[in-house]
Amino acid sequence: MKSQSDPFEPRIVGFLCNWCSYTGADLAGVSRMKSSPNLRIIRVMCTGRVDPTFILRAFQLGADGVLIGGCHPGDCHYQEGNFKAQRRVLLLKRVLRDFGVDERRLRLEWISAAEGEKFARVSNEFTEEVRGLGPLNLRGAAEALPEEVSA
Amino acid sequence: MQVPEGTTILRAARFLEVKIRTLCHHPLLKPFGACRICVVEVKKGAGSEVVTACNTPCTEGMEVSTDTPAAREARRLVLELMLARWPNVAVLRQLAQELGLEQPRFPSTLRDERRDACILCLRCVRICEEVVGACAISFEDRGIQRRVVTPFNEPSEACIACGACAHVCLTAHIKFVPEDYRGKPPDFLLGPNTAIYMPTAQAVPKVPVIDRDSCIHFKTGACRSCAEVCEPGAVNHEMTDEELELEVGQVLVATGFDLFDAAPMVQYGYGRLDNVYASLDIERMLNSTGPTGGKVLLKNGQPPRAVAILHCIGSRDEEHHRYCSRVCCMYALKFSHLIQERTAAAVYNFYIDIRAFGKGYEEFYSRVLHEGANVIRGKVAEVVQAGWSRQEEGPLLVRCEDTLIGRFREIPVDMVILCNAIEPRRDADKLGRLFGLSRSPDGFFLERHPKLDPVATTTDGLFVAGCAQGPKDIPDSVAQACAAAARMLGTISKGVVEIDPVRAEIDEQRCSGCRVCNALCPYNAIDYLEADNVSRVNSTLCKGCGTCVAACPAGAITGYGFSDPQIYAELEGIMGV
Repeated sequence: MKSQSDPFEPRIVGFLCNWCSYTGADLAGVSRMKSSPNLRIIRVMCTGRVDPTFILRAFQLGADGVLIGGCHPGDCHYQEGNFKAQRRVLLLKRVLRDFGVDERRLRLEWISAAEGEKFARVSNEFTEEVRGLGPLNLRGAAEALPEEVSA
Repeated sequence: MQVPEGTTILRAARFLEVKIRTLCHHPLLKPFGACRICVVEVKKGAGSEVVTACNTPCTEGMEVSTDTPAAREARRLVLELMLARWPNVAVLRQLAQELGLEQPRFPSTLRDERRDACILCLRCVRICEEVVGACAISFEDRGIQRRVVTPFNEPSEACIACGACAHVCLTAHIKFVPEDYRGKPPDFLLGPNTAIYMPTAQAVPKVPVIDRDSCIHFKTGACRSCAEVCEPGAVNHEMTDEELELEVGQVLVATGFDLFDAAPMVQYGYGRLDNVYASLDIERMLNSTGPTGGKVLLKNGQPPRAVAILHCIGSRDEEHHRYCSRVCCMYALKFSHLIQERTAAAVYNFYIDIRAFGKGYEEFYSRVLHEGANVIRGKVAEVVQAGWSRQEEGPLLVRCEDTLIGRFREIPVDMVILCNAIEPRRDADKLGRLFGLSRSPDGFFLERHPKLDPVATTTDGLFVAGCAQGPKDIPDSVAQACAAAARMLGTISKGVVEIDPVRAEIDEQRCSGCRVCNALCPYNAIDYLEADNVSRVNSTLCKGCGTCVAACPAGAITGYGFSDPQIYAELEGIMGV
């Protein structure tokens, strides 16, 4: 358990699309908006590039939450990549539930290039939500399992 | 002289610039011969005869005299008879003066003293039938009882309210009263007053346009008057809108702005109270080629005594647009300057802040102040009619709080000018979707970077300029447009376009030919090769979105720049593993 002097800081991975959300994040920075430092961003060209295994891998590596940011429906730079991401995320949430991972740890948001303010708000909100959910500690949980199960 | 066969004497005379007076003739109408004023003397054998010039065709060897004693006498007699019946009609009196006719000889029991009495030239009836094609009016009875009426004296259903009859009426007996006319001078309508007009005095190309909604031809299918009088034959009523398909490599979106509609802000009375104008209406009125010839006039045709200019209508307003429209302060000051120059009116500016931000602007502001413009810091609460009833035309009362002296003020004015906000075009979302352009929260198109790249967009080859990108004045729009044009020319002169190396490639060794990726690609960039049972990416069509990479069940597709190992390495890096 963490002590009072060492409060839990969630680690969150963000997959942001190059055209909307990543630019929106950039705008938040240019506009000097405060956003959570817990969010670590990986740029992809399109949310359609986000392979579900990336998300699972992030959780496996110790992420407490994963944020996927894409263009608003109809605004996708590649026409419909964001819809594909949405379908994958919905399916993946069911899988996460079966794994015992709270589905609130995975969040999909539409953030346009102009919505720097929304990016800052979402990243702060999501950080607080994940902070409330506590550490995921998927690795520790796997190690704590009886040997016959973990094998 | 030689003329084509069938040419009337009148036409031939007009061609020779010999003046023959006439009343019932109109160049667009067939000769009718009702007034008999156009009589001329024609030599015939040894003697001569007096004929009407308007409907007598010229013949070989014809000798025509317009000013012989016989012709003069005949003309005077006709006019005297007309004057006996209609002594006060202006056209007849003027003609009498021109012909030197002092006093008509005949008294008449049928005297019609009205100044606008109908003199039965029947130009109205003929134009309605021949040109307009509506046949809404005709004459009834005969002899001295003859008069022009609508069928059964009822409002005519065939009438299309074109006003042609009133236009050709010699005595103003027929008056054209459009519904919203309200007794104001007709030339005061701020739009064009005819169906064919020059869009602006400086129009490029300099050709008139036809307004389909008010053109008679598009109502009845008849009238082609403009085409008939156009000698080069340039008028074409059959022209329709054309859709052109052009193949281009770059597009500059400079679609401009819409003006904020102030009618929903009922407190200002735009569209409800007379003499409350939007800025573009005033711009039109101040234009020296505009409907008032540059004069500042109220609807009753009088110059105003006091004018209120209300800044920030719809902009810097939490209810409407939060942004500043940038141009309004300066054009409001320009209005103040011009109104004070052209009228003796007192001008009141009601402002939130004066933003004189450009080169020479602050100097202009102080110049306008020195000219005696009143500036009141405070947003106007409402504009009300000070008259007791809606019909009574009273001055307007502007109510506002003067925040600099901390007092509530009511200022009577004759005219109110609203400085409406600049808005994104109403179809900006449609256009944005068409081009894949993002829009900022205020609705204007988004540039690639607000400081470092304000002309390009996130899509290569697509540029924005002017008010489509955000409110700006003319110098700023010109600067941005020039920058965009230079950027586009730069790409053209380079001759090659650099594309991102972000592309997908399929490892044919690992591809199972399942064709999942084929259907996913939004650009149809993946071809399935039947013979080898593999798919292959066309690298010029591929835009590198990576959807296929994420979907390939065999992991056979690599997205350069964003390959699986690269992203895993990134993940490990940021998770500190």
